[in-house]
Amino acid sequence: MKHWRIILEREFSGYFATPLAYVFLLTFLVLSGLFTFYLGGFYESEQANLQPFFTFHPWLYLFLMPALAMRLWSEERKSGTIELLMTLAIRRREMVLGKFLAAWLFAGLALGLTFPLVFTVNFLGDPDNGAILTGYLGSWLLAGAYLAASSFVSALSKNTVLAFIGALGLCFIFVVSGHALVLDAFTNWAPQWWLDMVSSMSFLTRFQAISRGVIDVRDVLFFLSFILAWLVASVIVLELKKAD
Amino acid sequence: MIEVSKLSKHFSEHLAVNNLSFTVQPGEVIGFLGPNGAGKSTTMKMLTGFLAPSAGSVKIHGFDIAKQRIRAQRVLGYLPEGAPCYGEMTVLDFLLFIGKVRGYRGKELQERVKRVIDLLELGRVIGQSIDTLSKGFNRRVGLAQAVMHEPKVLILDEPTDGLDPNQKHQVRQLIKALAKDRIVIISTHILEEVSALCTRVLLIAHGELIVDETPHQLLQRSKYHQAVTLYSENALDQAALKALPGVQSLEENSRDGSLTLIPEPGAVLFPVVNALIQQRGWQVQEIAVESGRLDEVFRRLTRGESA
Repeated sequence: MKHWRIILEREFSGYFATPLAYVFLLTFLVLSGLFTFYLGGFYESEQANLQPFFTFHPWLYLFLMPALAMRLWSEERKSGTIELLMTLAIRRREMVLGKFLAAWLFAGLALGLTFPLVFTVNFLGDPDNGAILTGYLGSWLLAGAYLAASSFVSALSKNTVLAFIGALGLCFIFVVSGHALVLDAFTNWAPQWWLDMVSSMSFLTRFQAISRGVIDVRDVLFFLSFILAWLVASVIVLELKKAD
Repeated sequence: MIEVSKLSKHFSEHLAVNNLSFTVQPGEVIGFLGPNGAGKSTTMKMLTGFLAPSAGSVKIHGFDIAKQRIRAQRVLGYLPEGAPCYGEMTVLDFLLFIGKVRGYRGKELQERVKRVIDLLELGRVIGQSIDTLSKGFNRRVGLAQAVMHEPKVLILDEPTDGLDPNQKHQVRQLIKALAKDRIVIISTHILEEVSALCTRVLLIAHGELIVDETPHQLLQRSKYHQAVTLYSENALDQAALKALPGVQSLEENSRDGSLTLIPEPGAVLFPVVNALIQQRGWQVQEIAVESGRLDEVFRRLTRGESA
């Protein structure tokens, strides 16, 4: 068995060793339900699709994904087990990959548990189930992007709270980077290519199409390369900053 | 074989390890000795590839720990300071995890795990989460993890810290049993451990290697080496004892009234003391020749105290 799989298994079952897994799953399901039915106006829209459900995922994930990733490395630093892990003859990239995949699979599990919504919408109407599936896959990709950035922040500090806040801040930048809030800061002086680049990094813009069930290869590639970039950054950080 | 060459580590301004060089051959049990903060743990962290040295190199069985980290770490077993383990896991799950990481599968995995559970007598607690273990059990889980793959090089940072005397004895027996044809490096500030276990002592203070010799040689540095201690219920003629050839000074132990004669360097006192006792017809209940006191040597060498 590859080392990344052994790490993945340990981390994934680690979520269930404490009440964290259950608290997280419950919170995720309750919040996504509230967002869908109250803020999203699922019934009022009278449309047989899950757009009200997916629309709020960038905001829901902004808080929940850093919570899921904060312990990945901070805990190891705090308890000193990082010294054990780093001397077990495991490649750093396998550690980073294993931990990330554990969190990503767990997010996938949480997302999967919203399946009653799919039944509901099929019961009430005649939805495009292909679009729903696309929405789910896109949402999972989005979760992966948050988790990769958050696990990078977690690798920086032994303080889990700091890792949570830091990850939230970092992810927030990418959520709103297409928004006037961020772009206005550059409009008057920065070159156009910079503005284009910043706005192209926006999770909200990228996810809008996906939440409607339209998936663009460029968006998929964006999220996948975003994940890869943060994982590579994590490997580098762990290489440079091993102790404390 | 371990080859350490001109190893240094500084944390911003602070120089933790300064220009350390030594080699270790299979069969040797090395004791890293030194006061807290001397650089023992930092050195171990560099030997195991956890910390990158600021300068110098470490080779483990020919593998450079900086360039061939994975291959070097495969022959290493390491107990970090404080024996950190994944607290939320049970002892069994943790050891299975370590076994899988070390490359064991199926039946061999079960056997390896069972073997270390027996070796460190963990049978009673395999189902408990590590967080709930006593300090002694926690340390033994850390040792079990380190020895599971029967590594050629075993690096143990304070292996007996927090153990009771029986457990200390057990762990020492274990280390002795493992030491054959292997390299064992332990750090400790328990001095009795050095004489009980080690074939060679590296005394480190302020990040520098001060002494590299056998425990026996280290004892010879003691002012009590070859000192003679007498205990008698009757008062002895202290002036006559002091006047014996080779006696440098005489100490009276206020606790039990025994007398210790400290020799001049190189002098052997026992024959002359014995002759004086015979000649005067003294009734002496106890007479002992000391091989030396490590704590005194340790204090003198690490704090620069005069003898």
